[in-house]
Amino acid sequence: MNHSTLLQVRALHHSYGPTEVLAGIDIDLPAGRCLALVGPSGCGKTTLLHLCAGLLDRQEGSIEQPFAPTAVMFQQPRLLPWMNTLDNIALGLKARGLARGARRAQARAMALALDLPELSLAQYPAELSGGMQSRVALARALVLQPALLLMDEPFAALDVGLRYQLHRLLLQQQAASGMAVLMITHDLTEAVRLADEVLVMAPAPGRIVARYRPPGAALARSDALVHQGSAELQQHPAVRAAFDLPALIPQAASAAEPASPASGSWLPVEQSCRRAQESCG
Amino acid sequence: MRLLWRLLRGMPAYLWSGWGAAASLLLFVALWELGAAWYGALILPDPRATFATLGQLVASGAAWPELATTARRALLGLLLAVGVGSGLGLLAGLSMTAAMMARPWVTLLLGMPPIAWLVLAMLWFGAGDGTPVFTVFVACLPVVFIGALQGTRTLDLHLKDMARAYHLPWKMRLLDLYLPHVAAYLFPAWITALGSSWKVAVMAELLATSDGVGAALAVTRSHLDMGASLAWISLVVGCLLLLEYGVLEPIKRELERWREAGA
Repeated sequence: MNHSTLLQVRALHHSYGPTEVLAGIDIDLPAGRCLALVGPSGCGKTTLLHLCAGLLDRQEGSIEQPFAPTAVMFQQPRLLPWMNTLDNIALGLKARGLARGARRAQARAMALALDLPELSLAQYPAELSGGMQSRVALARALVLQPALLLMDEPFAALDVGLRYQLHRLLLQQQAASGMAVLMITHDLTEAVRLADEVLVMAPAPGRIVARYRPPGAALARSDALVHQGSAELQQHPAVRAAFDLPALIPQAASAAEPASPASGSWLPVEQSCRRAQESCG
Repeated sequence: MRLLWRLLRGMPAYLWSGWGAAASLLLFVALWELGAAWYGALILPDPRATFATLGQLVASGAAWPELATTARRALLGLLLAVGVGSGLGLLAGLSMTAAMMARPWVTLLLGMPPIAWLVLAMLWFGAGDGTPVFTVFVACLPVVFIGALQGTRTLDLHLKDMARAYHLPWKMRLLDLYLPHVAAYLFPAWITALGSSWKVAVMAELLATSDGVGAALAVTRSHLDMGASLAWISLVVGCLLLLEYGVLEPIKRELERWREAGA
């Protein structure tokens, strides 16, 4: 994997009719990194992801997306209900024109790598639990060996245990393949656990209000570090404002303040975002 | 091979599920018997006499050529309607404009009574096969068309996005996305069309041709032969039931196995 490959979004604006949903978005995502977009519902995260995936037409600004191939994991599993698990996983491979035997072998290997039971491979999506369906959707994306994986709240419907399990699987796969990951989530803990950089978005219009770099490398991040990081993230005034949380009582803030050596770092929010903030009051 | 094995394995359960249908059919025959006892054989011959007449018709060989003629006409018309209606319906469903344009046509075609088409067809095609085949075609076309149209239009937008994100080529979109989904709408439409194809074919023959089951019915009517009339009617209905539950229903079950899976 060429590490100079870079997904670059500059001064991106997008509107649905008169409603501006994205204003002055700048993103840099190099190969092998994971970028998490967090923000309240309706702040344009999904629009941004769909623009990067090429599912929406760009209106203003630039997107340089040199990664190929890409894979998308949607909010719902979006499996084809009339195909069994194995064929669902192999869907993207079939689209590439891979022969039936080869694509099934790859799909099976990926399914087993994601701990899907052998028995489930012949079952239809309706027979699988929600967690298994998510896993199938993840396998369908990963089996393509994407250089860029785009994920839209992929684990939102899962319980903490399953979520944790899939996080580990995802990080291991990423470490092995060196793919770039752009993920959307509501969940600050999930963002801090997985990402090399967390972008916090505020709504109306969607813009980036904070950039946070969690401590350490994602795979090595301990639970304690993750919780500390997400607490740190949640205490940031811009994050509290974006999520419409009440401002912190000063004493509490100062009690949590002491920055331990392991804490993450804040990055400057770039120029075009500030301009957007000003122009939108 | 695996398909065959699965069909064979499913057969006993399928046949067993037929008991309910058989029981309800027998109840119908019982009511028929009751009616026959009430009104007398001149108005409504009882089932046993009817089936005896039917047996004679079949045994003497008189039934087969007529039945074959009617079947040929009904199935030919149905086949045309299924082919043209499914094709056009799928295409119309892909385009919003075409779908909106097609709706009034379908309403028009559905609203036009088959007997009116029959009159036109008799003028256009005369007393040959053309008249019943055309009437069946026109009567079945809108039903199939609307099924295909709705099937394509109701396709999940999310799945369309997914298909784009995974770069499915058009052939895969058609075979793996549109067709399985559309089949769920098309199949009921085909079965409805099958039922009306028989009815319309018999009606067309009754008025327009000199052979086929419809023509035979016309003859028995002119002889006031109630027993033979009912025998012919039973024959047509029996064939229809056999076709629907013997052929179409198992196919439908196989195609929609995924739907039952979670239920």
